Amino acid sequence: MKFAVLVFPGLTCDLDMYHAIEETVKQDVEYVWHTEADQLDSFDAVLLPTGTSYGNYLRPGALAKSSPACKQLQAFAESGKLVLGVGNGFHILVEAGILPGGFLRNQSLKFRSALETVRVENNNTAFTKDYTQGQMLTLPVANEFGNYYADEQTVEKLKNNNQIIFTYANENTDGSTEAIAGITNERGNVLGMMPLPERAVEAIIGGTDGTALFQSIMNSRGEQHVN
Amino acid sequence: MSINHEPTAEQIKENRLYLQMGMTDAEYERAVEKLGRIPNYVETGLFSAMWSEHCSYKSSKSVLRRFPTEGARVLQGPGEGAGIVDIGDNQAAVFKMESHNSPSAIEPFIGAATGAGGIIRDVFSMGARPVALVNSLRFGDLTEPRDRFLFEEAVAGIASYGNAMGIPTVAGEVQFDQCYSKRPLVNAMAVGLLNHEDIQKGVAAGIGNTVIYAGATTGRDGIHGATMSSSELSIEEEQELPVMQAGDPFIEKLLMEACLELVQSDALIGIQDMGAAGLTSSAAEMASKAGYGVELNLDLVPQREENMTAYEMMLSESQERMLIVVKKGREEEVIALFTKYGITAATIGHVTDDKMLRLLHKGEVAAEVSADLLAEDAPSYQKESKEPASFAKNQAIENKEPQVTDLKETLLDLLQRPTIASKEWVYNQFDTGARTNTVLAPGASAGVIRVRGTNKGIAMTADCNSRFIYLDPEVGGKIAVAEAARNLVCSGAEPIALTDCLNFGSPDKPEVFWQLEKSADGISEACRKLNAPVIGGNVSLSNEVNGVPIYPTPTIGLVGIVHDLGQVTTPGFKQAGDAIYLIGQTETEFGGSELQQMIEGKIFGKSPAIDLDIEATRQQQLLGAIQAGIIQSADDLSEGGFAVALCEGTFGSQGLGAEVTVEGSAITALFSETQSRFLVTVQADQVAAFEEKVQDAVKIGTVTDGEEIVIKDAEGTVLVEGTVEEFQTAWKGAIACLLNSED
Repeated sequence: MKFAVLVFPGLTCDLDMYHAIEETVKQDVEYVWHTEADQLDSFDAVLLPTGTSYGNYLRPGALAKSSPACKQLQAFAESGKLVLGVGNGFHILVEAGILPGGFLRNQSLKFRSALETVRVENNNTAFTKDYTQGQMLTLPVANEFGNYYADEQTVEKLKNNNQIIFTYANENTDGSTEAIAGITNERGNVLGMMPLPERAVEAIIGGTDGTALFQSIMNSRGEQHVN
Repeated sequence: MSINHEPTAEQIKENRLYLQMGMTDAEYERAVEKLGRIPNYVETGLFSAMWSEHCSYKSSKSVLRRFPTEGARVLQGPGEGAGIVDIGDNQAAVFKMESHNSPSAIEPFIGAATGAGGIIRDVFSMGARPVALVNSLRFGDLTEPRDRFLFEEAVAGIASYGNAMGIPTVAGEVQFDQCYSKRPLVNAMAVGLLNHEDIQKGVAAGIGNTVIYAGATTGRDGIHGATMSSSELSIEEEQELPVMQAGDPFIEKLLMEACLELVQSDALIGIQDMGAAGLTSSAAEMASKAGYGVELNLDLVPQREENMTAYEMMLSESQERMLIVVKKGREEEVIALFTKYGITAATIGHVTDDKMLRLLHKGEVAAEVSADLLAEDAPSYQKESKEPASFAKNQAIENKEPQVTDLKETLLDLLQRPTIASKEWVYNQFDTGARTNTVLAPGASAGVIRVRGTNKGIAMTADCNSRFIYLDPEVGGKIAVAEAARNLVCSGAEPIALTDCLNFGSPDKPEVFWQLEKSADGISEACRKLNAPVIGGNVSLSNEVNGVPIYPTPTIGLVGIVHDLGQVTTPGFKQAGDAIYLIGQTETEFGGSELQQMIEGKIFGKSPAIDLDIEATRQQQLLGAIQAGIIQSADDLSEGGFAVALCEGTFGSQGLGAEVTVEGSAITALFSETQSRFLVTVQADQVAAFEEKVQDAVKIGTVTDGEEIVIKDAEGTVLVEGTVEEFQTAWKGAIACLLNSED
């Protein structure tokens, strides 16, 4: 399997994602700079790391939309192949219209770095099949705009379609709607999440609860994502 | 603020306009004499910036020479952007700490942010990938709204920059004292890694080679920052200070990636950050270091404002800019490299053989001064030094216990002192895990990052107890280094080298200069005894408000090696039944202690004593025991003394408590700040092995699963008893609570 870590300017944690692939599923992985994304369809999955794309100017993730790579990303998602966006990568997926909703500043109005207890709400996806339903994970968060927002109608759709994949199980410190920590698109091939599984793949750096997410992706090889 | 009518050279001399730029009469005369003519406006600006304390160390040079700067591991000592030490396997650690105190006193968010940005550039300009950040902060005691504002904004500023760069903040310290009220200290340290062959230097060598400007455009921000930061801040001035330079971490991230790619190219000759005094210092220093000259055409400098004068361009401190020298003929590929990252780069000049810094602007020579004269020939002052009257008075005071009636209440109060309380409120705002190498994050004794691909780690800490240094600068200087080393040792690391940030009051006050000299002596002696040379640093003088100097605060940023990541140790207790040991005798030493400040409202008397031989032996023995795998947890005893450390051992555990028996007077046993002491826990079956390795250790109790803290005296009388939860709650919420208080 061949992974692309798609790097928009300011997505500083590309390295974390790259190493997570090397550490967990040990597959081919390449950095793809946003101006060189025309061969994106040669990859099997696209990973959007976290960071501060375009300095978070205007809105987090908003300016990435004007990069040519955004069109290629949209096309890739439509092809049914897997896309994972974490942190600022989740912001980009939302701003690009690939995932629903929006983001507000954290309730504390401050950047917040912490370990969160996250519940697996749906283990029947390409990203979560190696977890058990309702499993509690310890995953780090590190963001200033982790407060996911969706209106009632959107929440209703997300719920009906089992698109809410992760929720904050203890405290919903940043104030996300329905304590949402991660969602997929309708088709289930694009996952956006604020917790950072790529930082939880080795005991020495604070845990391994993110490993199963990458293994799930591997184990979903070849499956069609037509919902 | 464009200056369209610049004064002539004659007017500058006549009206002594150089005084406004921070030059003295004698300095101006020195410049005239060395130049052989009277300098024009631009040239006077060059002299004033390069001969400021910030750039020239003219007042502190004599003191800095005292530091030991050599060692088997030192690859680059003081003098470059950052120091470099060998860490084995052809790799090296690159680090430096720098202050951004003056800007942070005025505009704390921007000031602190650009402080972080500047030190990161210093590290990547050496060719190293910055991998971790550390900070050391000082504020007033948070009782005044201005100090709460400065604290909140400075922390947010540092966080904004480091987080957006994707560099984890893994260690730091914050202390609070009214001597820093309205005059905070913001010291930022960056640590980088590189392979030996990638070491770069800031040199402009090779006649005809090309000088390239890369990074953000130049604006009228921060003009004369170097001069400002070298002068005292008066409260009135806050209203009318120059335009502050603002930082943009987004640009810096792109600039960093481009520079690190450039380091791999054989086109590169030299690279330096445009830090304090911007284009002036980088051009003059690069030429002077290499023994060449530099000619710049200022018309080619990328500018963000119209009609900028040569003076403004040379003295701007716009952030995120680098000056680069590349081989002639290789300009295009280098500029293309920057363009790929969306970074502006332009050829602005070339290297000459005449050793002059020559500036062309609009077809005329705007300035022509010897690069050495600017970079090397600043005056050097041997300032007057005088022991303050208070020193002898303090030395004459007998060591005595402060009066304490309720030991438990006192402990609870100490745990809520902002200097002792949990710094979670601060470090939760930092991204501590970016780059996925953080083994120990803030909250432990030191930060530790893994060197990827090896089983090694780099440990780092920043420390300085300025109260001890105020009472006795020489002993306090030794303590600052020793405490930093204790923090590394407790984490399982061997200290290897340090950087310092000397924050003091005005060197024109003989008592302040005496503090500077004495503390440097103390630091130097401790460096020699503990085998950690000084490989770089920064001086920040004139930290005063309305004529009152801060406590002398020579912050120590110490770096060490963890030889095996399996040896990384934390202060938290690990399992019930483990033996609790106290290493080191406890004396009645309260001069400058947190308890004395809390109870008396001031500090006085003698600083705690320190014997560096005992210190070194204990550190070696403890590190040996940690490396042998017979230590469960380790912590040094610092502010608040034994009782605070015992509490912290339980806070860092999962549902454990402690029961201990202490000898002697209870107040001393619980709260004295005697140096060279450690609290460690040892598994029951390792007790014999431990006692053989560590001599001065006394078993004082046991880790319990009761979630209670019980301290008894030798007769069995309970001195302190309470649940871990009640102590932890007090400790954990104290800073947030102080910030939310209204007045």
